[in-house]
Amino acid sequence: MSNYLLSRIGQAAIVLLLAFAASFLLLQALPGDAILIKYQNPEMGLTPEQIAEIRVLYGADAPIWVQFGNTVWNFVQGSFGYSVQAGVPVRDLIAVNLPATLRLSSLGLVAAIALALLVAFAATLAPLRWLRSLIASAPSLLAALPVFWIGIVLIQIFSFRLRLVPVINPNEFQQLVLPVATLAIPIAAPLAQVFIRSLDEIEAQPFIAVVRAKGASRAWILFRHMLRNAILPVLTIAGVLFGDLLAGAVVTETVFGLNGLGRVTEQAVSNQDTAVLQAIVVLAALGFVFVNLLVDLAAPLIDPRLNRKIGAAA
Amino acid sequence: MTTLDLSKPTTALKSRVQLVKWPRLEPTLVLSWLVIALAIAFALAPQLFTPHSGTIGLAGNQLKPPSAEHWLGTDEIGRDVFARIIYGAINSLSGALIAVTVGFTGGTALGLIAGSSRRVVDDTIMRLVDTLLSVPGLLLQLSIIIILGFGTTNVAIAVGATSVASFARLSRAEVIRVRRADYVEAAFGSGGRFLNVLWRHVLPNSLGTVLAYAALQFGVAILAIATLGFLGYGAPPPIPEWGLLIAEGRKYMTTSWWLTVFPGLAVILVVLAANRISLALRARS
Repeated sequence: MSNYLLSRIGQAAIVLLLAFAASFLLLQALPGDAILIKYQNPEMGLTPEQIAEIRVLYGADAPIWVQFGNTVWNFVQGSFGYSVQAGVPVRDLIAVNLPATLRLSSLGLVAAIALALLVAFAATLAPLRWLRSLIASAPSLLAALPVFWIGIVLIQIFSFRLRLVPVINPNEFQQLVLPVATLAIPIAAPLAQVFIRSLDEIEAQPFIAVVRAKGASRAWILFRHMLRNAILPVLTIAGVLFGDLLAGAVVTETVFGLNGLGRVTEQAVSNQDTAVLQAIVVLAALGFVFVNLLVDLAAPLIDPRLNRKIGAAA
Repeated sequence: MTTLDLSKPTTALKSRVQLVKWPRLEPTLVLSWLVIALAIAFALAPQLFTPHSGTIGLAGNQLKPPSAEHWLGTDEIGRDVFARIIYGAINSLSGALIAVTVGFTGGTALGLIAGSSRRVVDDTIMRLVDTLLSVPGLLLQLSIIIILGFGTTNVAIAVGATSVASFARLSRAEVIRVRRADYVEAAFGSGGRFLNVLWRHVLPNSLGTVLAYAALQFGVAILAIATLGFLGYGAPPPIPEWGLLIAEGRKYMTTSWWLTVFPGLAVILVVLAANRISLALRARS
């Protein structure tokens, strides 16, 4: 087990280092950087010598491998360089904006899980066969909706038609309810799809037939016998969902004009502020690797049969 | 003998039933192909489907709700929304086509190499693929766009490059499955050279599942391109791109719901159709 743990952590570290090197090579070592974009502007009236001085200040004149070493060392120390556009350290930019995005995406995730469970339970427990298959096909429809479009349509319906959620001076709940719903719907769709498929597979197994033959009700079978068996595939797509959650936050914050990491990302791309984007990309990769590691470690807790397999392999 | 006599008529009956039996028409699948065919027709010959212009507005015609004259209403400078959607089809579809081509060729090549090479090469490629998969798709797309610059083609390439990793993973699994098959061993045994066998036997037989995935990715690419267009990294404003239409219509959403709702429905219909076709392809392969 500890061997397995070590090799998993080693793999994760390699992936992270590669992601870092790739993002560095792509974003930092390329000509046409953010310093030139900002300071070559004729309105600033800087001479080439002054620009060169600024480049020395940002460390952009050093050879690539020196820059790479510096950047790795700085990242390890928790310093991500300066945002050229905003003129503040990237770390501060992220520290200020991370909490809002974390709150939005964790609320979105909770709402998505609730919605997915609701749909999956309804698709299993609904009284009529055609109703069940109708509900089961809903997630594939939800998965085809563009996130930004969901946000705009929700604003139109709930703010402008029904006037339930005010746009001007909303309280905290009113400010968050539509963004959370926007974020939750596209996350809930794949969750529900995987969960429904997993429930179907479990339902086809002989032990369910035995339980049913003993006279158990549908709800009893679902909650007592199927749920724990069916939850594992849902957990393993958590890594994919992490990416969707982050991407969803970028779009949702843009649509609703909320401050957060998503807005920072969007502006970094518009201004070619590579230091900011690189920090966000590396942090996202870190989050992804961490989430997947947790999932792999949690899986045997839910399904003890996996423990035996890992033990046999190690 | 009696058992043989008994079984003969039933097999004959069976084969006749099979002859008469047409391929079962699935209404949703037919509908999906119709949607895709219509979208392609929009892209190839937009002027056949609308008398209005996709880019030039009419004065005094601004922000009209849907009517007999303008089926889906008009926008803030009097352009017909339906015409904008029709003329925008070429941007979304060609973008998605470029994206899928990039992802498919890159991913299949990587998967073929990884699945048929020695352990070291395989491991190296798959670690790179893991790395690509560890960065959320949108962030990877944004990183590529920041390097290549804005524009329809660059966005399409970014979306395609993002899907290379998942194509490679799927294709590698298929190549490994096919390589174990008897006919591949037979081809090697009868003196086929490595590359020849790879090209003539392994590649074609491993493509079925990958093609179904390509159809799925077509829908994913349409969504991703619309999202990047909405964020403003795709085609510049006068060009009618579906994501951009929604972004522009957003300014008038208090009064003119049709500006955002209809382009969104166009995106959704094409994505749903692509997903349905992918499902059918996967069932066949």
